[in-house]
Amino acid sequence: MDTSSSSPDGAALYRTMVRIRAFENAAEAASQGGVSAYGQEAAGSARVRGPLHLSTGQEAVPAGVCAHLRTSDYLTSTHRGHGHTLAKGADLGRMMCELFGKATGFNGGKGGSMHIADFSVGMLGANGVVAAGLPIAVGAAHAQKLLGKGDGITVCFFGDGAINRGPFLEALNWARVYQLPVLFVCEDNRWSATTASGPMTAGDGASVRAQAMDIAATQVDGNDVFAVHAAAAALVAAVRGGGGPRLLHALTYRVKGHVSVDVAAYRDAAELAAALETDPIARARAHLLAHGMAGSALDAIENAARDEVATALAMADAAPWPEAGAAFTDVQTTGAGQWH
Amino acid sequence: MALTTTTTPEELSYAEAAVRALAQEMQADPRVVVLGEDVGRGGIFGQYKGLQQRFGESRVIDTPISEAAIMGAGVGMALAGLRPVVEMRVVDFALCGMDELVNQAAKNRFMFGGQGRVPLVARMPGGIWDASAAQHSQSLEAWFAHMPGLVVVCPATPQDNHGLLRAALQCGDPVVYIEHKTLWGLRGEVDDSLEVPLGRARRVREGDALTLVSWSRQLQACTAACDALAAEGIAVDLIDLRTLWPWDRETVLASCARTRRLLVVHEAVQVAGFGAEIAASAAEATGCRVARLGAPRIPVGYAPVLEAQSRVGAEAVAAAARKLLD
Ligand SMILES: Cc1ncc(C[n+]2csc(CCOP(=O)(O)OP(=O)(O)O)c2C)c(N)n1
Repeated sequence: MDTSSSSPDGAALYRTMVRIRAFENAAEAASQGGVSAYGQEAAGSARVRGPLHLSTGQEAVPAGVCAHLRTSDYLTSTHRGHGHTLAKGADLGRMMCELFGKATGFNGGKGGSMHIADFSVGMLGANGVVAAGLPIAVGAAHAQKLLGKGDGITVCFFGDGAINRGPFLEALNWARVYQLPVLFVCEDNRWSATTASGPMTAGDGASVRAQAMDIAATQVDGNDVFAVHAAAAALVAAVRGGGGPRLLHALTYRVKGHVSVDVAAYRDAAELAAALETDPIARARAHLLAHGMAGSALDAIENAARDEVATALAMADAAPWPEAGAAFTDVQTTGAGQWH
Repeated sequence: MALTTTTTPEELSYAEAAVRALAQEMQADPRVVVLGEDVGRGGIFGQYKGLQQRFGESRVIDTPISEAAIMGAGVGMALAGLRPVVEMRVVDFALCGMDELVNQAAKNRFMFGGQGRVPLVARMPGGIWDASAAQHSQSLEAWFAHMPGLVVVCPATPQDNHGLLRAALQCGDPVVYIEHKTLWGLRGEVDDSLEVPLGRARRVREGDALTLVSWSRQLQACTAACDALAAEGIAVDLIDLRTLWPWDRETVLASCARTRRLLVVHEAVQVAGFGAEIAASAAEATGCRVARLGAPRIPVGYAPVLEAQSRVGAEAVAAAARKLLD
């Protein structure tokens, strides 16, 4: 990972995006028959049984931002967290195991997709509650400051829907009041579940709200990984340098439905078609080709990602289920064993 | 007030005992920090008095009025290696940080497969606060006892407020720590060297006629009731639970097996209160006769006559005990 310069390693950015896409495509296929809508039960055939929120089309945001992060930096995420987790450096195979609910997953099968996490790389967890990651992120950043963790920072991803919940306001105010090393990243994919975010949001959204609290914010084309990378470079440098919080407002698009097999019939087909024109991976590929990278090199990156995902699927299929007794572990130490 | 450890017991208030416990933990462990509204000035009940002067603004952190962020930041701080004490002012306001407590702090360790730990102590003074009406007088401990992942503590004396707060800070789990809003001035001996473990009840009176279980300020009504009953020749086994989760089943059930009668008394609304849990457990385990006594299911009113409807006094406790002995 590039941790210092703002000149992008195009192949690395491309690789991150392609791995996220390949992982999620495979997870989507494995989620057929899984829980997709309210009241629907998971079929026995589903290998990813629970809700699966895909970030297809949004890969440029985690790729561009996390390229500037170190393992020791913290990251909090949303319910749509596969991309963030992979980009932060988590092992793809163990992630797939967790989606399958297997004992070898990062959470031992206790969390699944919606709670994907790898604390060993600073990824403090995806979250089932919209906007809940924001206060946790400011707490982690506050601890970094108090513990004198050098120039460590915390990055906090959230959706455009999250800015209408109170914790968004509380967290931004908190971060600015204490001048914390936190970068807020709004992934503005225009949708909140089955409702368009725009009509539900007063004013011009995340960046304007941040500016009202004296937090410098940058808006960026979130489907242009190089633009995201450049914008994040400046913001991360400012945050690392002790300049206090910053906000990145990345405009992107949710290509899939809210949950994996939601076909998003509520959405205008023309809107989707227009959005697909700006697919971040296709754009990055065209850009890299135009700047002298060989098509064969990009193909090799894609093939490697596909192979890696195939290995992960096989690993997840073969992995054991958690022992039933694991349901009683890691609840709490005080009073452990008194559940019945 | 001396903040250092002494070996001779000293008379302190319930609030001073908490300050002393915190000072000792902060001295011993630089990871312990306090965050909340008005804590720099000592907290609204003096339960943080002098701590900011002694440990500085970065360890005793005055916060905006942002209960969700106070609790949520506490979770983030704990995950990142600190041991925060988060102040909610009163349990009623903790509801503004409920997601952060119930869905985040309580679930983190399990949900992420043991990758994270959330060693935080959430202090949220509970109970009826004279003339403070419906939003400043609630007793919500049963809500938290219901929640896997949380420890729930309700100290009744200065000694326990010292010992239990220290134990809460050392236990490594998220702790809901409910001090009573009207016990702050209560004075009593505090022996620094006395450890008060979580999950261990205290026997306040001994007797064979009946087991009486309570906690927090209701101990006072129960003690008075015991005195009245003693005068009638009825010797009550009075147990202060001290910790609601984990609760001391061993002590309570052993007493019930002996007395064959259990009365649980709490200030909280009786319906779906924690008394029901203890009564059911005792009936299941020992087959003893059980009764519960709590407030009616009404919000606490403002006028004295209205507020009194929510109070469970010594006479009601004694009457319930006599009825159980019939
Ligand atoms: C507090 C809360 N309310 C509602 C939900 C249900 N829900 C899950 S995701 C979602 C939409 C969130 O939209 P946004 O924040 O824009 O993120 P996106 O799904 O677009 O990535 C909703 C309403 C929830 N999980 N948490």
